[in-house]
Amino acid sequence: MVVFSGTQLTCIRGERLVFEDLGFSVEEGAALYLTGANGSGKSSLLRVMAALQRPAAGELCWNEADVWDDIPAHHDRTRYVGHADGVKPVLSIGENLAFWAAISATRPEPAGHGVQTALSRVGLGELSDMPARFLSAGQRRRLNLARLLASPARLWLLDEPAAGLDEESAAVLESMIASHLARGGMAVVATHDAVPAGARRLELP
Amino acid sequence: MRGFTHTLRRELRLALRQGGDSLLVVMFFVLVVVLFPLGVGPEPGILSRIGAGIIWVSALLAAMLSMDRLYQSDFEDGSLELLVLSPTPLEIIVLAKAAAHWLTTGLPLIAASPLLGLLLNLEAEGIAVMLASLALGTPALSLVGAIGAALVLGARRGGVLISLLILPLFIPILIFGVGAVDAALLELTYRPQLMVLGALLLLAAALSPWAAAAAVRQAVA
Repeated sequence: MVVFSGTQLTCIRGERLVFEDLGFSVEEGAALYLTGANGSGKSSLLRVMAALQRPAAGELCWNEADVWDDIPAHHDRTRYVGHADGVKPVLSIGENLAFWAAISATRPEPAGHGVQTALSRVGLGELSDMPARFLSAGQRRRLNLARLLASPARLWLLDEPAAGLDEESAAVLESMIASHLARGGMAVVATHDAVPAGARRLELP
Repeated sequence: MRGFTHTLRRELRLALRQGGDSLLVVMFFVLVVVLFPLGVGPEPGILSRIGAGIIWVSALLAAMLSMDRLYQSDFEDGSLELLVLSPTPLEIIVLAKAAAHWLTTGLPLIAASPLLGLLLNLEAEGIAVMLASLALGTPALSLVGAIGAALVLGARRGGVLISLLILPLFIPILIFGVGAVDAALLELTYRPQLMVLGALLLLAAALSPWAAAAAVRQAVA
């Protein structure tokens, strides 16, 4: 069943036409991989999907309702991982993640538990109390990805999530996406790497 | 409401650990005020006449000093995008940021002002009213400044630009803030001025989160 879809989307950034007349659809429990050359509009499309930016034309639908009619609900059900990791160097790793988990949760939940589990999953469990300024670029990316686990949402929008990750962490990311899909979640992933066999793929011109 | 406390706690933690900023603002405030007696001469009559104005103008300038940093680091490291995308309403987050700005700059300014009042030979009655007027006025400065800081996001030399944008909006607050102290010194009633300041604060609290949130959304789009 198609849950999230876009039709005839046009995106203009700084008076430059990035893409036009673009359509996509994501089904429950499925991933959509965006591929294409640098500057082909993968990031712009993800920003449009996240409702960070309004498309110049076209429609973005969730269960056949216009996304822009209810933005808070859309933000509640999507998690976006962009190029910038949003990590504060003076806060500890645990504090960084706990803040994002806290303001992403619309229902009060016992805090702390989910954060620690998420950190362990991405291999930062031991470093929870360390200030984030000591993290490498790859570790910062892992901390950013841990948000996906600490505050679950149905749709993941990932912009080159494997950039800067070592092989082991890239494998963890793959299994994170796989188990997210297995639970009926959805993911849109912009990537330059090989697309998993059988996955839907959208090539941007 | 939970989003507000979480954001406030984060901002305060960031301000405390990065340190320096509040101290810098208070030092600037004290230095500017101390420069005035050197400039206009140490005649107690003149100083106590213009003291309230000096303290208020210096407080405005000091509050401006850290204003352009309100969203800048969040903007640069991508946190601002994530804040916009969080289900917590952006208006609440902006309000929390303004509150944190007031707690880290406005409150220290208020704390330092009685001493400066004494240095400028203000009478006790005048100092008390000045504290009240600063307590009502400085939160409004932080709230209005939050709009300006959002508008200059992404601009080069945002620090200068924000002064040009925001200082004119501070004029009513300045007029009624100084007016209250002057009235008290002349032993007139100062209650109306304080009430107008309170009204300005309520107006800023009601309107600025919407305006600042809209400007932030514009900046990250």
